[in-house]
Amino acid sequence: MTVLTFTLAVCAISALAGFLGALTGLGGGVVVVPALTLALGVDIKYAIGASLVSVIATSSGAAAAYVREGYSNVRIGMFLEIATTIGAIVGAHLAAHTSTHLIAIIFGLALLQSAYQSVFSSMSEHPVTAHCDKWGKRLRLGGDYPVDGKRQSYGVCNVPAGLGMMFGAGALSGLLGIGSGAVKVIAMDRTMKIPFKVSSTTSNFMIGVTAAASAAVYLSRGYVDPRVAMPVMLGVLGGAFLGTKVLVRAPVRVLRFTFAVIILLLAVEMIVSGFTGKV
Amino acid sequence: MDDRRLEITMGNLLRAGVLLAASVVLLGGCIYLALHHSDKVSFHTFTTEDAYLRSMPGIVRSAAHFDTRGLIQFGLLLLIATPVARVVFAVIGFSLERDRMYVVVSCIVLAVLVFSLLHAT
Repeated sequence: MTVLTFTLAVCAISALAGFLGALTGLGGGVVVVPALTLALGVDIKYAIGASLVSVIATSSGAAAAYVREGYSNVRIGMFLEIATTIGAIVGAHLAAHTSTHLIAIIFGLALLQSAYQSVFSSMSEHPVTAHCDKWGKRLRLGGDYPVDGKRQSYGVCNVPAGLGMMFGAGALSGLLGIGSGAVKVIAMDRTMKIPFKVSSTTSNFMIGVTAAASAAVYLSRGYVDPRVAMPVMLGVLGGAFLGTKVLVRAPVRVLRFTFAVIILLLAVEMIVSGFTGKV
Repeated sequence: MDDRRLEITMGNLLRAGVLLAASVVLLGGCIYLALHHSDKVSFHTFTTEDAYLRSMPGIVRSAAHFDTRGLIQFGLLLLIATPVARVVFAVIGFSLERDRMYVVVSCIVLAVLVFSLLHAT
């Protein structure tokens, strides 16, 4: 393949991933890796290196838009980042000592989980707790968010368990080069009882900081090849920008379902390729 | 200075950082394509890339000499720096709010990031 064809193909795939990722709120990184490895035969180490860089780009680039909506909670994000960054460094070191077949299989499982979550997460909203438990109060994690034009206050519970899950989310992010936003949202929404909107926007904020912690390890190991990362970063960023522009008019439910099916297929393909040694 | 103002300033700062990083990557990418568009490439097997693209001083030095791959890598390095800048800014913001507990929390996160950057590169 010539440089021009390769660059254009990677750029097109990444733009599509970024576009769908922004529309569905799942992020693009999760499909860039399987698309590059399965469709273009790129070694998974280059793919996760490029994907991690694009994850930082979308997280940092979208932060301003999320903040304006008034949902994200900077204290919760910053406190939990202690766990995600340490986890990310551990995960990035694990990536070097794990066979690519095993990484592919774990990646497939992570894809299955996010496909499942994207279909079922919006169906059950838990009631918001107004009071913090002991740790939530001591760390002043509670806040308020807009509901129907008014500010509603919420409490934060189960902080130690949430921290533990965040360590896991960070490790997964460092191992697979993804944002692992899905796991972060579960930890905040389900375990810590934080409202879903607050969880998902705060998670977007945390993704960039988490990824930066493992990016340095990836860089020094040579996973970040500029010739692969360049079209991935520019493609995902362009696609995501376009995605946020059409977000208002898009049929989100249909899109979420379609995207979930794509992810499901990629997951199966990834796991099979891992077992048969193709990836 | 309250939490919301802090977050809005941070958000704008991050977007500016991403745009700057993307411009550098785009510049490097255009030069790279102009020079190498018909070269053959394959990324089927992982080979550790040249040492100068794997360390911070090496990247900065090669970018200053307008080495195309070095220039792209420098843009990516700027991008990796944006979340670090966000944490630095949080330390400053929480100090202005006189919130000592969260100054300590942000400093811990910053320490982990700096440790990772220095230790790895």
